[in-house]
Amino acid sequence: MKVLSAAARHSERLTEWALPFGIIVAWEALSLAGVIPQRIMPAPTAVIAAAWKLTLSGELLRNIWVSFWRAIVGLAIGGGIGFALGLANGLSRRSERIFDSTLQMVRNIPHLALIPLVILWFGIDEEAKIFLVALGVFFPIYINTQHGIRSVDGQLIEMGQAYGMSPTTLFWRVILPGALPSIFVGLRYALGIMWLTLIVAETISASSGIGYMAMQAREFLLVDVVVLSILIYALLGKLADSTARLLERWFLSWHPAFQPATEAEA
Amino acid sequence: MNVQALRRVDGLPVPAPPEVERRGDGLAVSIHQLRKSFGQKPVLRGIDLQIEAGEFVAIVGRSGCGKSTLLRLLLGLEKPSGGHFHFGSRADQTAPFGAVRIMFQEPRLLPWASVLANVEVGLGEEHTSPNARERAIATLREVGLEDRRDDWPSVLSGGQKQRVALARALVSRPRVLAFDEPLGALDALTRISMQKLIERVWAYQGFTSIMVTHDVAEAVTLADRVLMIEEGEITLDQRVELPRPRERGSPEVAALEGQILQALFRNTSAGEDA
Repeated sequence: MKVLSAAARHSERLTEWALPFGIIVAWEALSLAGVIPQRIMPAPTAVIAAAWKLTLSGELLRNIWVSFWRAIVGLAIGGGIGFALGLANGLSRRSERIFDSTLQMVRNIPHLALIPLVILWFGIDEEAKIFLVALGVFFPIYINTQHGIRSVDGQLIEMGQAYGMSPTTLFWRVILPGALPSIFVGLRYALGIMWLTLIVAETISASSGIGYMAMQAREFLLVDVVVLSILIYALLGKLADSTARLLERWFLSWHPAFQPATEAEA
Repeated sequence: MNVQALRRVDGLPVPAPPEVERRGDGLAVSIHQLRKSFGQKPVLRGIDLQIEAGEFVAIVGRSGCGKSTLLRLLLGLEKPSGGHFHFGSRADQTAPFGAVRIMFQEPRLLPWASVLANVEVGLGEEHTSPNARERAIATLREVGLEDRRDDWPSVLSGGQKQRVALARALVSRPRVLAFDEPLGALDALTRISMQKLIERVWAYQGFTSIMVTHDVAEAVTLADRVLMIEEGEITLDQRVELPRPRERGSPEVAALEGQILQALFRNTSAGEDA
């Protein structure tokens, strides 16, 4: 897509990763020099060693998989409901009147404040985590979908009507594509909340997952595993965001913001 | 209508792609006592108008005089408060799909659809028919943008966007084409070439044209008949008998333009929005 040469694109990639890589190198150097005590912050090599050990035992992959699965299921449920309600309330004033003020009231409760209640309801089973993730991702997707639908250019809708589009055609060809940039903003925001919720939920009440792994390690003073868990969250978060960006670039290739900088003809 | 004599209006060859069927017959428009009010405010106070099939009518008037509302009523974008109108000779006849088309002041292209897909919007449900694509491409060729068919609208210039919008309006071979100040936002040169393009396709295809414009010179250059709407009523109905192609700035055009402008300003005190 970009008009940049392969080499230029490569160097852009490198720039992106230069800072995190530099931090790790400095961290290792300071650890070796003894400036950072191992008990407080293990060296990157120690973290890698811990990762290797946990990979061999199968524990690491199992926990990553469990967390990933919870995240995806929660996102699918909460995001799906949020998207559907966002569409409904964006398209229909009546639906908005019925649902919106209730939803706005619920939105103002920090969903993590429900953890004690959720533990009472679901114990520390899967449902508890999935419920919290679903609740967390629901609102950004709901609000941005509704906003996206509402902010579709009225002139385009009128054009569609003047050109005889049926309501269904109008939805698929004008309203949904017009709302998509906003929906993607909601999705990317939701992904951040998804990991945040999962970390907190798994730390407080779980018997598997990365958060659980970190809490276990804390009990046995395994600082390297704690740091490893945190890094894995960072990587999973980055992975989710990159996936969303990729989808965005694909679905919004028409959008000037995602186009190569070619000059418009005079 | 001396349509045949007008086939070369601007010295450019008239493209006549063989794959485009020529409908070539405009529909007459009959408007009877058409009224429209927004709330308490009357915008059109009983318009009576007969437009012949294939005629090119320009409507001028000050901002807010109701000229755009008239077009929106004809397109079905607004419901009349009173009176009625019909296309064709019989009052009980409804115009077939795509027979009445509009070109807006803004291009209103779908930013997420390619140039060609935007033209295909004009085909409506027909866009799945086997020759739909060919028709859309042929229409793009008519407006000279065949090579931009796969581009996104955002990379086109203002004039090119309006040409795509024109192609979208033309692709269903409309029999009545309404123009709502379609050239208002274009620069002077692009505007003149667009006027020539519109005149050329009108002469070739023979649809009935109703163009709302605030540019009296444009009205006189293009139209068979210039109407003036003031405060929701038609106050002037001026035939333009000048031979085509008409030269912008020629004494005859200028004289008629002056005459219409004078009528337009007659009831306008200085400083009012013209």
